[in-house]
Amino acid sequence: MTPSAYDQWLALYEASAKRDATFATMSGVALNPVYGPESGEFPGLFPYTRGVHASMYRSRLWTMRMFAGFGTAIDTNLRFKEIIAAGGQGLSTAFDMPTLLGLDSDDPMALGEVGRCGVAIDSLSDMRDLFADIDLATITTSMTINSPAAVMLALFVAQAEEKGVAREQLGGTLQNDILKEYQAQKEFVFPPRQSMRLVRDTIAFTAKEMPKWNSISVSGYHIREAGSTAAEELAFTLANGFAYVELAQQAGLGVDEVAPRLSFFFNAHIDFFEEIAKYRAARRLWATWMKDHYQAANELSWKLRFHTQTAGVSLTAQQPEVNVARTAIEALAGVLGGTQSLHTNSMDEALALPSEKAARIALRTQQVIAYETNVVNVADPLGGSWFVEELTDEMARQAEAIFAEIMAMGEGSMLEGCIKGIEENWFQGRIAESAYNLERSFNAGTRIVVGVNDFTEGNDDADLEILRITNADERKQVGRLIDVRASRDESKVLLALEELNRDALDPEVNLMPALINASRAYVTVGEMMGAMEKVFGRHVEVPTL
Amino acid sequence: MTVRVLVAKVGLDGHDRGIKVVARLLRDAGMEVVYTGLFQTPETVAIAAIQEDVDVVGLSMLSGAHLTLAPLVVEALRARGSDIPVVVGGIVPNNDLDDLRAAGVAAVFGPGASADEMVASINQVVSQARA
Repeated sequence: MTPSAYDQWLALYEASAKRDATFATMSGVALNPVYGPESGEFPGLFPYTRGVHASMYRSRLWTMRMFAGFGTAIDTNLRFKEIIAAGGQGLSTAFDMPTLLGLDSDDPMALGEVGRCGVAIDSLSDMRDLFADIDLATITTSMTINSPAAVMLALFVAQAEEKGVAREQLGGTLQNDILKEYQAQKEFVFPPRQSMRLVRDTIAFTAKEMPKWNSISVSGYHIREAGSTAAEELAFTLANGFAYVELAQQAGLGVDEVAPRLSFFFNAHIDFFEEIAKYRAARRLWATWMKDHYQAANELSWKLRFHTQTAGVSLTAQQPEVNVARTAIEALAGVLGGTQSLHTNSMDEALALPSEKAARIALRTQQVIAYETNVVNVADPLGGSWFVEELTDEMARQAEAIFAEIMAMGEGSMLEGCIKGIEENWFQGRIAESAYNLERSFNAGTRIVVGVNDFTEGNDDADLEILRITNADERKQVGRLIDVRASRDESKVLLALEELNRDALDPEVNLMPALINASRAYVTVGEMMGAMEKVFGRHVEVPTL
Repeated sequence: MTVRVLVAKVGLDGHDRGIKVVARLLRDAGMEVVYTGLFQTPETVAIAAIQEDVDVVGLSMLSGAHLTLAPLVVEALRARGSDIPVVVGGIVPNNDLDDLRAAGVAAVFGPGASADEMVASINQVVSQARA
């Protein structure tokens, strides 16, 4: 006889290590790890609506992963060390716009953007400074980069190798989600199908050589920030995830070789219960589709693990201190929704990149949730609420309807459907339409934003102290790049570029070895991307309104 | 006379939610709107504005590069003998308003500016330029 769901859950719960903490309320009421009928769903069991782990935060809190990056690699390295000293457990690298688009800091298009929205990385020399004195065998690293993701992974592997840290020890995540770039974030370089070849190469490389690495962080965050609804964020993101699974299958990998390496990244917007329902539906949908449609047999393939970031678009420039309250509510939704890691935005982000103080308050907000509120004692505390269960079902129904549309575009293939949807502006059009509808509700006053269209007293108060990034960083970084070009061995550079060009021409070859060789030879990011662009061409989006 | 607007993204900033929403709100207000797409340079914007014979250029900037790039767009227009006014919307701290005005930017719309405010301000900028 199969043990009941409760018994299965209990066995898993008892087998998992627990944090050294008291699982009781402030007044001493002892708490169960989860509540609900014995015949109901349990966390840690298929379809994981209630969480991917049986013991959830009783075993391990979420990773407080704060996104940081500005100026030169040396500046960002200092911020990384502050984050680690303040109790952050994972690093998350923000790159500047030129790096995100694979341009060197002295490219004419980079003017005014170097080091501004993130750190500038031009070569192995910058990557080495970025992670100086940071133990890569214990601290996990997330790199938010897409078009040049393969290049950044190559540079990361090359610098770890210099430090003597083996590839198999490196833990972290590459965002590497190119589909949502065309759909929403728009930091693309090569045409979609050529970009997908690079994604395929990183999946195959990490599957073979980097067992602790998540090859793609399938990201709904940017889709939502670009204006989608919650259900569109959910559906487009999972559809993209299915597309990457199909891509890996085309490269000869089995679903169970790739799916466990995919992690997800969702937005935590201000509509509290809808967000929680979205995360619960995401887990259920992924598990069901992986098992039933893609025939995944490994439980790890069924479990949707995700990072959450609070909604940048929900922040206001007016009375920015109020953003601390918005961020706390959004972060709580992520936690009650069972997130595995969390970034909380700083109150000043509608004005500029965060100041050190604002970033600290944002991290403290997570710590209040984790250590003061006691919400971490019970898994899926809202499970069983008639409202939350119905909203979860509704999110799933809406997502299934969207999956069907994408599947139809791809004539049975999610991969083809996602690419066609991009080429035909289907995703972009839907997102723009939703953004427009939301904006009209703000303008009409049917939706209130405190400090923006109501409750504006206090809007004229003194401004916050914000972080100022000057063009001095740009000049400094260009200087560093010139030094690298002057001191490297040009014959090695030429050989590495020839190898890269040759490999790019053969779609069957994995480009990672050539990119790692080029990294070691101090070939710059712009040079590697340029060499590939000669073969792959460039994507131009047809501007539509 | 219908107001014609060129809305543009200059440089590497791919955030196009704002520009698309604003373009539609300006159309709703009866303006004619032209959008040239992502990754434009100050020169391509100036050339398009002159060719399209617009009354005003609206730049959407969310990456922090506005102090570098907005003045270059004004210069590129003036260098071609055009006095088409330039307005900027996006993430622009109050501290930068004076510098942008000094560089010849006619109006700035920060985060949270309403559609009505933008439409009124653009109409005013255009009628001043036509006068």
